[in-house]
Amino acid sequence: MTKNFDIKISFTIMALLIALVGIFQSWGVALSILNLCLISAVMSMGVNIQWGFAGLINFGVMGFLAIGGLATVLVSVPPVYDAWAVGGVGILISGLFLVSVIVTIYLINLKIPKFKYKNHIIFLIIILSIPLLKFISGPAIGRIESINAATSGFLGGANLPIILSWFIGGILSALVAFIIGKICLGLRSDYLAISTLLISGIVITIVKHEEWLSRGVKNVIGLKRPAPYETNLQKTEWFINSIEFFNTSKLSNIIDLEARASLLNQLVITSSGIFVKLCFSAIFLIVVLVLLYLSEKALNSPWGRMMRAIRDNEDAAKAMGKNVVKQHLFIFMLGSAIIGFAGAMLVTYDGLFTPSSYQPLRYTFLIWVMVLLGGTGNNYGAILGGFVVWFIWIQSAPFALFIINILTNHLDETSHFKEHLRNSVPYFRYLMMGLGLLLVMRYRPMGLLPEKVIKN
Amino acid sequence: MFFSANNLTGGYGGVNIIEDCCFNVNRGEIVSILGPNGAGKSTAMKAMLGILDLKNGEINLNGKDITNLRTQDRIKQGISFVPQNKNIFTELTVEENLEMGAFLNEKNISSKIEEMYELFPIIKEKKSQTAGELSGGQRQQVAIARALMTDPDVLMLDEPTAGVSPVIMDEIFQHVLNIKQQNIAILMVEQNARQALEISDRGYILVTGKNAYEGKGDYLLNDKEIRKAFLGG
Amino acid sequence: MDFLNAIILISNFIIVPAITYGSQLALGAIGVTLIYGVLRFANFAYGDLMAFGTMIVILTTWYLQSLGVTFGFLPTALLALPIGIIVTIAISLFFDKTVFEYYRKKKSNPVTFIVVSLGLMFVLNALVRIIIGPGDVNFMDGHKFIMKAREFKNITGLNEGLAIKSTQLITLITTVITCSLLFYFLNKTKTGKSMRAYSDNEDLALLSGIDPKKIIIITWVIVSILATIGGTLYGLDKSFKPFTYFNNLLPIFAATIVGGIGNPLGAFYGGFLVAFSEITLTYAYKKFFKYLLPENLEPNTLIQFISTDYKFAISFAILVIVLIFRPNGIFKGKVI
Repeated sequence: MTKNFDIKISFTIMALLIALVGIFQSWGVALSILNLCLISAVMSMGVNIQWGFAGLINFGVMGFLAIGGLATVLVSVPPVYDAWAVGGVGILISGLFLVSVIVTIYLINLKIPKFKYKNHIIFLIIILSIPLLKFISGPAIGRIESINAATSGFLGGANLPIILSWFIGGILSALVAFIIGKICLGLRSDYLAISTLLISGIVITIVKHEEWLSRGVKNVIGLKRPAPYETNLQKTEWFINSIEFFNTSKLSNIIDLEARASLLNQLVITSSGIFVKLCFSAIFLIVVLVLLYLSEKALNSPWGRMMRAIRDNEDAAKAMGKNVVKQHLFIFMLGSAIIGFAGAMLVTYDGLFTPSSYQPLRYTFLIWVMVLLGGTGNNYGAILGGFVVWFIWIQSAPFALFIINILTNHLDETSHFKEHLRNSVPYFRYLMMGLGLLLVMRYRPMGLLPEKVIKN
Repeated sequence: MFFSANNLTGGYGGVNIIEDCCFNVNRGEIVSILGPNGAGKSTAMKAMLGILDLKNGEINLNGKDITNLRTQDRIKQGISFVPQNKNIFTELTVEENLEMGAFLNEKNISSKIEEMYELFPIIKEKKSQTAGELSGGQRQQVAIARALMTDPDVLMLDEPTAGVSPVIMDEIFQHVLNIKQQNIAILMVEQNARQALEISDRGYILVTGKNAYEGKGDYLLNDKEIRKAFLGG
Repeated sequence: MDFLNAIILISNFIIVPAITYGSQLALGAIGVTLIYGVLRFANFAYGDLMAFGTMIVILTTWYLQSLGVTFGFLPTALLALPIGIIVTIAISLFFDKTVFEYYRKKKSNPVTFIVVSLGLMFVLNALVRIIIGPGDVNFMDGHKFIMKAREFKNITGLNEGLAIKSTQLITLITTVITCSLLFYFLNKTKTGKSMRAYSDNEDLALLSGIDPKKIIIITWVIVSILATIGGTLYGLDKSFKPFTYFNNLLPIFAATIVGGIGNPLGAFYGGFLVAFSEITLTYAYKKFFKYLLPENLEPNTLIQFISTDYKFAISFAILVIVLIFRPNGIFKGKVI
């Protein structure tokens, strides 16, 4: 009983806070916060599945988010036919080569697992294949990147609806997670943390520098949307009419026809932005609810109980004949798929893919703060964490400015100290995150909404 | 008695593993604590060292009450301990192991080390080798030597012969007898009951956390009932 | 002559930069490894601790410069180093007391420590950015070059020049001194040995009368010294930017694990291994082969194993390979 009570209260407070932003700042800002809160909630649910359910520490969140982001490009952008014509074959051949290298290594692993020099052979194959791959793909990449370098210079995508990319992003992430999991999951927890962090660094490097694939640091802009565009809306009959309808009283107060028309125009422009954001909110909300439903179901299923049993006592679970390695790999893939899904959602919402923006503090550790703060092992906690942390992340700058202004009230306006503090306002969010995490770990180590103890 | 522990009661959580146990040992005496698996032998030793919190009981060393001292302070008072597992610094050389044993002693470290090399000649040959590279028996000697470096009055050994071959076991017991010559009080927990009693002056037999029998070594060895129950006929 | 030119070319573009970068990584990796050996957790706040120490050095440098104090042909930052070290030691001990001690007493698992160090990482990150800002700071003064490429060419008459920046020599000398002192301390002094003993077997260390509190304080002191020196050398050689310092944590971790986590000597070699691999694998050898090969065999490609873009990725890849084949690091031997 009290548990539900806690959940209701915390989400009500969260809703009120966002509403307050709407009232005091603007509804556009409030909805932006809400949308990113929802996306953050998906991310933290993904991490929570790995960490909360299974105790796997994945510091490679950033990499999976970027893979999801890459998926939006590969799925939704129209293909660049010229680039395909000059370099498509080369890329396909290189792809085949890469696949054959991987298959060879896999076969070596399978056929001669006990051979003394197996590792040396694998190592040699990898070392030799890198320059070879470069040799094969180099000319094709050069040609692709030289086609319209300023606007395209890459292969483009499949020109499919962008929503599809969310699922593709999830699947791609799961595949990458399979490889990473095979390499790293046997490691001790702290090694796993470090190695996933470093591997996500490699992923980012690839996305950033393989321009034929992702345009790299040149970014991909103007991605498709699952929602209408503001400029189109502003010309749509029904939208203008409905805005007129909702604001009848306001408009009828103005007698001057020209002034009325310009006010209506103003209203249409601002509302179109809000309407688009609302469309996104609706889609994101559906995603969060479906995910919540599924993970709650999974958590309370026999499978979920087994996962927690493995987390709490790996040796006992092993003794009971549970295949811990396989289950860990599965849940690592599952969580990573959700993170990849969220990564695609984020890029879709932003409308652009900027590989250079992925950095661990924002895209790995912030997500971790969400999970730890919200409540490890509790889906509602993960969602709440996503909301609270994103809200603080965004609102800490104005809040810090407010505090600074109060504290330095007695100082002269031209004071260097005051100026310096004001300039550093954006960095107070790191301070808040750090202090928040330290305080939660100390005084509420299971998070705001702790894991429910389920009695069997 | 030089060292005595009376009415020890304690355990982990709410469960008492030892109840009302009493042990004592004099200088120049070897006393064994024996008993079946799970009787609480090692727990009793931990209680005497202060690693385990007691509910009841008192411990005296040379007429001084040390019941409420921390482990480290008991060591300063002259008790030394050789744990059963992980009883050497595997990454340090043999000589460094001995130096660490004498961490609290400021003076005469080198002469003390020489003394140990006389007592355990085999480890002198290995003095600059990493202790982790030594054989089981040699490790055990390093472990005992490390404990002796503090110049203890009471030496406690937790199963010093666990997992070593019979030949090595005899060797270790011979070393224990030699240490006895230095007028040190020796208290040891042993699994190999008969062999331990052969070199012991006295012995205690614990059963389910309580003193069951006690007496002179040869008395316990020759008692038919005890032989049958604990010493394998 | 061509042979000499080739050697100089390699020295100028590979050996000198790799030794410098390797020294900086080695100092960082030894710090991480010491924390791991004694306090038993991977400290994610280490990169930001380096940034913090460097920041204090920079602020002190500015203050000294405003007083008109300089260090002759050496950078003023070297004069400011002691202040930076002292302040960093203070903040490390403060955080140990307020943050880590609690979890140590509770005997929390390593993951909790990692998470707590993440919190600290955010805090330090914020402090540095609030105090000095996120931008690039160049605080190198004194003589820039010991030898310029052109001077070298004039003296030797070779085609290729060898440029040695004074920061590179300072880095090397400081690293050699610091590491020698450190290894002397760890292997020859009683306190150093007791630190290794504590790292090796905590329970037995307690039974030997070693005081854990003292060991932990000494560890933080040493770690702070290494972090400040390493950070300052890196900043002098390149420039100071908080974000770079956070990023450097990643190759530092790679060097630490490659050398065997908890093993200072391994970390030292690990730093150089990572640095040399990064630089040798991303260098384009075209010119080098031009000197060595007859004209008709001269290469027409760059002869580069992997593009410079993947510089960081190389250290990570080395790490992954090490983790798969030798999870305890490639250097067997002493854990601190």
